[in-house]
Amino acid sequence: MATKVICGKTVQVNDEGFMTNPAEWEKGMAVELAKEEGIGELNESHWKVIDFCRKEGMTSGKAPTLRQITTGTGLTTKELFGLYPKGPAKKVARISGLGKPEGCV
Amino acid sequence: MAEDRKVAFICSKGNLDMAYPALIMGWAALGNGIDVTIFFTFWGLDIINKARVDHLELAPVGNTSMKMNMMGVPGNLGIPNFIGALPGMTALSTKLMNDKMKTLGVPPVREYLQMLIDGGAKVYACKMSVDMMGLKMDDFVDGVCDIVTAGDFMDMTDGAQMIFI
Repeated sequence: MATKVICGKTVQVNDEGFMTNPAEWEKGMAVELAKEEGIGELNESHWKVIDFCRKEGMTSGKAPTLRQITTGTGLTTKELFGLYPKGPAKKVARISGLGKPEGCV
Repeated sequence: MAEDRKVAFICSKGNLDMAYPALIMGWAALGNGIDVTIFFTFWGLDIINKARVDHLELAPVGNTSMKMNMMGVPGNLGIPNFIGALPGMTALSTKLMNDKMKTLGVPPVREYLQMLIDGGAKVYACKMSVDMMGLKMDDFVDGVCDIVTAGDFMDMTDGAQMIFI
């Protein structure tokens, strides 16, 4: 298993760069991981999505899919794609220290 | 993944079971940051037709893959064509499929299509089919970009991977 240093802390990641132990994630890492995904600054709406994904991830053990995020946060599909362009669910999962989202919807 | 990967779907069929492949794959593509264009042609226009999209159907006649196990009968027992031809059988298989999709948490076609449009998929209607069926832009759901010729579609999907359904 590969490791990676984020915010000065060494964490476990898989081949695709997803953290494999969500418990290693800290809030500060989101900012650094978001930069890697091309998102310069995290605003309140970005955090709303991250917080929801963390909560889901920690309870179900899985990163939520796009539709679960829109249903759970009340954001529209358009807003979600606006906040995290080009693959929101995958990007948020990586930023939130969760695995790749599974499921087709 | 290539930074500028593009996928284009050509939807030529309007049966309920033929509406989902492009929606599911297109949605997956958008979720992976891939550019998505969908060209609706011939019967596929039903999927973007306001008056038709909520009434797409699945006929059991001639459908060799549709077995009675969809109705809870175990094994590989088929639905005989003469029974499938009875009034109400198309409605029944349509309901069965819609119910299954709902159980799986898959949205109805209209909502799914809207999700794709909101997610950035570019949706076009085929000019020749539109002319053939006497349709106009007004007949289509909101978010359909334009009515274009096959040639226009080829131009705008330069370098895309094509999937014909």
